[in-house]
Amino acid sequence: MKDEPNEQLLLKALAKNDSKAAEIIYKNNFNMVLAFVLNNNGSYDEARDIFQEAMITLYQKAKTESFVLTSQLKTYIYSICRRLWLKRLQQLGRTASGIEYYDSIAVEDDIEIHERRNVELGIMDRALNSLGEPCKSLLESFYIEKKSMDDIAALFGYTNADNAKNQKYKCLMRLKKLFFSQYNIGE
Amino acid sequence: MEDILLLNSIERYLDGRMLDDERSFFEELRSKNPSIDEMVVEHKLFQQQMDTYADIRNFKDILHSVHSKLSSTGEIRSSEEPENFGGKVIQLWNRYKKTAAIAASIAGITALFISALAIYFSPATDKSELQRLSRMIDEVKASQQITNNKLNEVAEPKIPKGATVKAGGTAFLIDGKGYLITNAHVLEGSGAIVVDKDGHEYNSTILTVDRKTDLAVLKIDDKDFKPIKNLPYSIRRMEPDLGAELFTLGYPRDEIVYNMGYLSAKTGYKGDTSSCQLSLTANPGNSGGPVFNKNGEVVGIITTKQTQSEDVVFALKSNNIFRLIDSLKTTDTLFKKVKLPKGTSTLKNMDRVSQVKKAENCVFLVKAYK
Repeated sequence: MKDEPNEQLLLKALAKNDSKAAEIIYKNNFNMVLAFVLNNNGSYDEARDIFQEAMITLYQKAKTESFVLTSQLKTYIYSICRRLWLKRLQQLGRTASGIEYYDSIAVEDDIEIHERRNVELGIMDRALNSLGEPCKSLLESFYIEKKSMDDIAALFGYTNADNAKNQKYKCLMRLKKLFFSQYNIGE
Repeated sequence: MEDILLLNSIERYLDGRMLDDERSFFEELRSKNPSIDEMVVEHKLFQQQMDTYADIRNFKDILHSVHSKLSSTGEIRSSEEPENFGGKVIQLWNRYKKTAAIAASIAGITALFISALAIYFSPATDKSELQRLSRMIDEVKASQQITNNKLNEVAEPKIPKGATVKAGGTAFLIDGKGYLITNAHVLEGSGAIVVDKDGHEYNSTILTVDRKTDLAVLKIDDKDFKPIKNLPYSIRRMEPDLGAELFTLGYPRDEIVYNMGYLSAKTGYKGDTSSCQLSLTANPGNSGGPVFNKNGEVVGIITTKQTQSEDVVFALKSNNIFRLIDSLKTTDTLFKKVKLPKGTSTLKNMDRVSQVKKAENCVFLVKAYK
């Protein structure tokens, strides 16, 4: 509790993609989550996946302006991981010993938001992956790596930025088509 | 093309990159035209999704690099092993990784250098893959001692004093007057004696050595030798059929040894047509031994075996004997009198034990000395 003001600052930094902040949170909490997952029928890789999912939830939450951390950061991460892992165990048909290691808080709403977002991200991921090359790389350079059209033109061997732009729009239209064919069904 | 322009406009509108009058024109268009309005809404949703997607993908990359950084420095556990253990190993690794890398590269370079040397100095592949079946010098030397000790009681050894046995093998009669055929590689030395199955030694002279076919002819020159009028077996010109049952007699030890097998290929090592491949057990000392078919006809002479595989033995086809003797007859009067046993073997239709009993008198142990 003594760290609470620091934790708020830490989350603000995390929301701004500060990798130092991610490192601190990672360092302080990963071993705890690992111990929990290992003691509940899980492996190292599963613990890492669960922990990173919780980090993404935290990151997304930190980015919303209304975000206020109502508990200790450790408790929050533990609660999210615990919920996520118990759900995963259920899906896999494995059982948990059900031992509580730390305090946990109700995080059902956050989990629900997290899962819906995962579904949406999955749709985008599949749409991008079924796009084929060079469209996939071209759009990824623009939207994810945030490269300029001039850089992209040079990278993909287009004679000028306008040509690259044209190609980008063609690709974009295909991607949108793929995306919405899935997204509407999901709604 | 129009779609592209429209998409471009929608994007610029949503990004707020339109100029004022352009924007009002576009907004008017949008309010009048419901399909364009729908497209704007749709694209806005899409862009939000894309932004979130990009954002989380970038964040995941950060998480991955943080994870590998922290687990390599030991600040978080890097495996399922208990913390201290993992941490210690990582610390040690970090401390010594430079040394380890240098040591590993030195080891690698040394290994490469040594294997290069080994390749450079090792003999050609033929020699390493094929093993001649003459006996090892040491082995022969040791057994010679034993034989000599035994023979000392009845007769003086025939090997000249001061000479050492270099190699050993098998030879068999091709003419009852005392002409023997063996492998050229068996006769590593200046002279040779032959020993029959009962241990009697006979002096012999090397008449000819043909390194090309790996054949050699010996003649027994010894008053103790009693010529054999008719050899029990004949030498066959035709090659045996694939799968034909074969047997051989030879001296891998001082005792005569019988082995049987079959013809497994009509050509020899690497497709050599002058020899054939047998499947039977042969050992050093079998070189020069006769290969009989089931009728007791000589069809080949054992020469080599493949070192990597068991029971792959190569034998020179018997027509090489005819070829050698025929060519010698034209150049050397000594061979005029040699008469190779042709026609039907007297061993035909006998059981194997009787065949061997008759044939073994004509198979000799060769000891080449220097």
